[in-house]
Amino acid sequence: MTTFVPPEIDWLALAPLLVVLGAGVVGILVEAFVPARARRTTQIVLTLAALAGGFAVVAVLWPQIVAQPVQVLGGSVTLTPFALGTQGLVAALAFLGVLVVADRTSTGQDAFAPSASAVPGTSYEDLARRSGLEQTEIYPLLLFAAGGMMLFASTDDLIVMFIALEVLSLPLYVLCATARRRRLLSQEAAAKYFLLGAFASALFIFGVALIYGFAGTVRLLVIAQRVQQGGLPLEGMTVLLVAGVLLVTVGLLFKVGAVPFHAWTPDVYTGAPTPITGFMAACTKVAAVAALVVVLYRITIGVGAVSPETMQQLQAVIVVVAVLTMAVGTVVGSVQSDVKRLLAYSSIAHAGFLLVGVAGFRPEVQASTLFYLLAYGVATIGAFGVVTLVRERRVGATSGEDNGPVEDDGVVLGEATEIAQWAGLGRKAPWLTAAFALFLLSMAGIPLTAGFIAKFGAFSGATNGGLWWLAVLGVLASVVAVAFYLRLLVVMVFRRADDETVPERVPDAEDLGEGAGASGAPAGVGTATLVTPQVTASQQVAVTVVRSRGPAAVAIAVCAVVTVILGVFPSPVLGLVEQASKFVP
Amino acid sequence: MDVTNYVVLAAVLFAIGATTVLLRRNAIVVFMGVELMLNATNLAFVTFARMHGDLTGQVLAFFVMVVAAAEVVVGLAIIVTIFRTRRSASVDDVNLLRG
Repeated sequence: MTTFVPPEIDWLALAPLLVVLGAGVVGILVEAFVPARARRTTQIVLTLAALAGGFAVVAVLWPQIVAQPVQVLGGSVTLTPFALGTQGLVAALAFLGVLVVADRTSTGQDAFAPSASAVPGTSYEDLARRSGLEQTEIYPLLLFAAGGMMLFASTDDLIVMFIALEVLSLPLYVLCATARRRRLLSQEAAAKYFLLGAFASALFIFGVALIYGFAGTVRLLVIAQRVQQGGLPLEGMTVLLVAGVLLVTVGLLFKVGAVPFHAWTPDVYTGAPTPITGFMAACTKVAAVAALVVVLYRITIGVGAVSPETMQQLQAVIVVVAVLTMAVGTVVGSVQSDVKRLLAYSSIAHAGFLLVGVAGFRPEVQASTLFYLLAYGVATIGAFGVVTLVRERRVGATSGEDNGPVEDDGVVLGEATEIAQWAGLGRKAPWLTAAFALFLLSMAGIPLTAGFIAKFGAFSGATNGGLWWLAVLGVLASVVAVAFYLRLLVVMVFRRADDETVPERVPDAEDLGEGAGASGAPAGVGTATLVTPQVTASQQVAVTVVRSRGPAAVAIAVCAVVTVILGVFPSPVLGLVEQASKFVP
Repeated sequence: MDVTNYVVLAAVLFAIGATTVLLRRNAIVVFMGVELMLNATNLAFVTFARMHGDLTGQVLAFFVMVVAAAEVVVGLAIIVTIFRTRRSASVDDVNLLRG
């Protein structure tokens, strides 16, 4: 008779993941059992508590893992300081992101459709809005996405990495489709993201299959070992390994948003609900870049030892992608007229800067990458948080520029994302403008902000790896990027707000179809791409700044403070990430 | 039969799937292309599992199937939502965003 031997599992090492994913499951139960009145509050408290709890467990585990990395479940979760650092970073940024998501602002509405499955412009949608339905499922979805991101870089097993990729992507596809306003754009963004995302994950998994064929395992460290030992059945067909690694890399570069796999980024960032864009831009980037670093560096242990020229080719691929990404991100970004699109291209450019660091293939790059991701993440969540508060407000056809920003009872519409509409924001909301300016300066890499230290780290990673010319290109691209951040700043601070009322601007049909209930008249069913007659009736929109109900303001303030602190006193955090530059257990 | 034949068949199926994704305009057909790519991957996994004589590859094929099923759920939900709004599943009609 055989005896059952239970597996030994280090539950504490799994705790950050278990807390976050477990809370996601509990969130689903909350949907089923908690009465509708209390549901939203319960979900928000649960989500924030889970993310804070996950972060706390990471902090508890930190000294232990720095001293001795562990492999749990046969390497399915490989907890190195780098992986743990990524987990903590995702949990912290997701916490800030959820704060922005949870804010209903002074309009009393959050950014999500009352019933995301309702067809835009139908009576059912109208009914759902008037009866005050809320789509509180977004909170468990956010937790699942965050859990997937935390797992993404914490594994040594390519198949677990694939599953983590799906666990983080599938909720994001759904979340993209849930915007309250401009619903067609939102659904379109979700469709694009989904189709391209599914394509990228198919490339990823086929790459895994090829690597498995060559090495007979999907564990990265074992692959490195076996490649070095030799004697594999398909020894001659190194093309399998090379093609496999390339396909896996392409799958990851897609998630990173690097050129030429960036086509989805501007559209999805524009179409998704803005708080989700902030969450997605910051946290997905952390997870994807960290996973890319893990895969590339562990694979190259084996490949670099056996055939240095393959290794050089792989490095050349990353270098080319980095250069293209920086070029497209900064050049195309500088001609954008929409704030969300501009931030999307800025995110692409940052992917390029991160890849400059990664391309050096130096172990210390992990520390600077983590720091970069932190600096970029807080600036991004903060910036998108500000975007959620700058809104359009419908004004009567006769009212001119005598409208104050608040006293008018006009209906507040969606976000005012045209850069021209941001003129004079410095006078309307000085604090918000100051915070936004700080985030932009940090993204531009101006000294005394976090972005400067981050870029310095990334570029010195490239020079240490012998790619000084790539670092020079990076600096040049940063200069171009500074130009487009400054352009936005100049509009906000120096341009007069007398063009505050944009005459004869026709709002999107979806805006009015949504219409916030008060003035009714939903746009025509199914023809929402066309401009319906009611809409053209000389509607005018002004730009207003809605007040946060607290959470978003807290998130923006925290992001601003962190950006400054990291810029002025970076040494404690640099010391922490320095401990993380050990990724092989 | 050499193992190469199986791998080449998997690669050909994968390439057909990828071409479908890149060239076809109907979202459902594009999606079928993705499914074809995933199934080509399964064929490769099972072939390699037999070659290496271990079960890892076969288990991985099951994982891929489960993930494919989850993707179908989310993907069809999104495509159907768009179809109900616009009465069209063509990715060319979905053009409000500038690309």
